Amino acid sequence: MLTRLANPTRFLRLADRLLPWLGGLTVLAFIAGTVWGLGYAPADYQQGDTVRIMFVHVPAAWLAMFGYSFMAIASFVGLVWKHPLADVAAKAAAPLGAGFCLVALVTGSLWGQPMWGTWWVWDARLTSMLVLFFLYVGYIALWSAIDEPERASKAAAILALVGAVNVPIVKFSVDWWSTLHQPSSVMRLDGPTIDPSILWPLLVNAIAFQLYFVTVLLWRMKAELIGRRVRALTLGLAAREA
Amino acid sequence: MDAVATFLAMGGYAGFVWPSFALTFAVMIGLAVASRRALRKAQRQLELLEQSRPARRARPGKAA
Repeated sequence: MLTRLANPTRFLRLADRLLPWLGGLTVLAFIAGTVWGLGYAPADYQQGDTVRIMFVHVPAAWLAMFGYSFMAIASFVGLVWKHPLADVAAKAAAPLGAGFCLVALVTGSLWGQPMWGTWWVWDARLTSMLVLFFLYVGYIALWSAIDEPERASKAAAILALVGAVNVPIVKFSVDWWSTLHQPSSVMRLDGPTIDPSILWPLLVNAIAFQLYFVTVLLWRMKAELIGRRVRALTLGLAAREA
Repeated sequence: MDAVATFLAMGGYAGFVWPSFALTFAVMIGLAVASRRALRKAQRQLELLEQSRPARRARPGKAA
């Protein structure tokens, strides 16, 4: 599968076939999850309606972590096997992950103020999430600081891999250190501990966010591949004219 | 109209719930629109370049 897709033309053709479906499903899942979460899911007996912030906060945080893991794995594949789509995929994922990370941080703050009485604490979960955001920003900055794609991709890939150590820290920070942040209640070995009336809309929204990620990722990868072709052609033209 | 007002009030937490959703959708729609635009721009550039090269030769090396 991965070797077959190494041909960018074949990849672009597959992407074009998938994209209309992905786009439509993303919109449908978003409408379903949001209407369910805002209108039909019950308010929490302790947290009242602020619990609805969870329907965007938690999927955004998951996608911020997924995005970084995806980026790190793609960077590894690019460095080791020189798969021609790997660095394209990693570069395309970074702004999406950064966006989700920012959303998770700000919505967490908007949830923390009414429930914990503070916008921010420097505890392990919040701080490691902020570090994740800076890693994304550094990765994006590194790509734009180096003009040549081959060199930029190598430097950025190394940054992505070094930063990957932060991902398990984010995930397990709530277990390793005492924190205001609540522990995992969905992704647990012994099953979710939250009520199905809230869990289902949460999962629908998580699927919506994931579909969105894949859709926009494919758009961005297409743009990058076409942009590289434009660059190659322009350089070719310039070389012939000189 | 009461039901709508109750819904919008979000149990007194309207100032926290609505900005959370607004920010989430603003970021996601913004990234999607920017990505679409970059794609369109690249596609236009490629079309222009291919029009300006009437004699297309097979190039050695990778095309993309």
